[in-house]
Amino acid sequence: MGNTDTDNNIIEVKNLVKEFKGLRAVDNITFSVKENEIFGFLGPNGAGKTTTINIICTLLSKTSGEITLNGYNVARERNKIRNCIGIVFQDPSLDDRLTALENLYFHGLLYNIPRNELKKRSEEVLEMVDLISRKNSLVMTYSGGMRRRLEIARGLLHYPKVLFLDEPTLGLDPQTRNKIWDYIIKLKKNKNITIFLTSHYMEETEICDRIAIIDNGKIIALDSPDNLKNIIGGDIITILSEDNTKLKKYIKEITGSEVHDAKEGKIRFEVKDSSSFIPKFIKNSPVKILSISARKPTLNDVFLDLTGREIREENASSKDSLRMRMRGRMRH
Amino acid sequence: MKKELNGIYTLWLRDIKRYYRDKPRIIGSFAQPILFLFVLGTGIASSFSVFGGGGGEEFLNFMFPGIIGMTVLFTSFFSAMSIVWDREFGFLREILVAPISRTSIVIGKLLGGSTVAIFQGSIILLFSPLLKIPVTFIIVLKVLGVMFLLAMTISTMGVILASVIKSMQAFQVITNFLLMPMFFLSGALFPLNNTIMWMNIVSKINPLSYGIDAMRSVMLNDPALQLHPLWLNIAVMIFLIVVFSISGTFLFSRQD
Repeated sequence: MGNTDTDNNIIEVKNLVKEFKGLRAVDNITFSVKENEIFGFLGPNGAGKTTTINIICTLLSKTSGEITLNGYNVARERNKIRNCIGIVFQDPSLDDRLTALENLYFHGLLYNIPRNELKKRSEEVLEMVDLISRKNSLVMTYSGGMRRRLEIARGLLHYPKVLFLDEPTLGLDPQTRNKIWDYIIKLKKNKNITIFLTSHYMEETEICDRIAIIDNGKIIALDSPDNLKNIIGGDIITILSEDNTKLKKYIKEITGSEVHDAKEGKIRFEVKDSSSFIPKFIKNSPVKILSISARKPTLNDVFLDLTGREIREENASSKDSLRMRMRGRMRH
Repeated sequence: MKKELNGIYTLWLRDIKRYYRDKPRIIGSFAQPILFLFVLGTGIASSFSVFGGGGGEEFLNFMFPGIIGMTVLFTSFFSAMSIVWDREFGFLREILVAPISRTSIVIGKLLGGSTVAIFQGSIILLFSPLLKIPVTFIIVLKVLGVMFLLAMTISTMGVILASVIKSMQAFQVITNFLLMPMFFLSGALFPLNNTIMWMNIVSKINPLSYGIDAMRSVMLNDPALQLHPLWLNIAVMIFLIVVFSISGTFLFSRQD
């Protein structure tokens, strides 16, 4: 009965809390991931995405809560969990003094893959990420995108049930980013695998079947990308006018929806159908309109709507480099 | 069980491969002992005649086991500390999420570092004919045994430190404030039998001094140069290896 709902859940997280010296990084979150779906964690840096993943992957202990993965308890059956997960970390975790094949060989030994099988599988995963021609080069000579692809290949080598991808495109150029997503989509099509990814790039999480939006250690929404966008309830209109205060009042009167301040002295609000709304609105507006634009909502708007803040992508790079520097000081 | 042995083997093999690949490191690691032995050692030896008293030749003989000990010390210490390096560059996480126990990871690391250290020490041993130190097959076996014990003592200590410190900066500090004093107060460069009180006390709590003493005992077999009997040196090292490896594994396995 009630079981049918949880039967195909591969990961279940209940009331997970993680505190670092009194600071709540993960604040009582509950969610589940279905078998063979692409599940995404979307949120700004420091929201608790990586912390949650590290706890599920047995790298960090939890303060309280219950987690099962593939039926195994994360606190008690660590090695069983480690056996059925593959991980691509946010920061590279390859040995760059070894070749690609050697990195895979060592990985295979650690996961107890029989040697004759290992050779075959290494070729197979390298083929998939287009690195077969560079298999005997030292990883030192690889570009950032190639390294990430090799890590994805390595994460798949032991045929995991769940593949974790923590910010798989962080620090890569847009072209390489697209390529990585192509591999992930290809993976989803060809293999029986659940993919759990995190990102703070809105548009990238749209390939997910379901997304959890996470902020300050809490899940504030969890649904399919389309349903999340429906929260907005229409199109987004941005206006620049001569008198914003007066216009705000007017818009509130005619549409009933909240009006927010946007960048560059503009204001924004939501309406059901912008194409019929705009001509009427311009004709009847009490204030002179200098510019007006309408667009379909994005996940960024959803985040803005839910938190009142934007996920600041433009600041991401400086934050990331700070995080890279901090990383050495953090414990595992 | 097979899985754990595979894991130990993997980590050991990785250390060997990395060592073998790193030609500058191999060459660099010989430069230091040779510098100590043939420049500093010869210099000090010849200064004996300036300040009165003889025994320059004997001094070089005295120093030789110390230099082998030094080679083992630095190699095994830096091998164990490469955990800090792996943490900084991320590879540690690849090992930590693998389905093998933390104990196997530590054992693999200890054996890898010790193998490299013994290999390095053995190469320094090849210089013994130059110093006219007689080395028989039995002596070589004994020296290998002492090198193994010393390498394990130092690497287990290194694992403890690597589990406690989290940054490369702290690593530099430890090298300067722990490793160098340990080396200077180990009896590798000068005898500790007749030094002042505090040096004598410090040398007794210095794990390295037992390894150097044992090395000298099996190579020169001269009771006048010994601090402790050989059995005591070996017993202390085995005791330290047991204590350090248990606490090192515990600290390494700790989770936040």
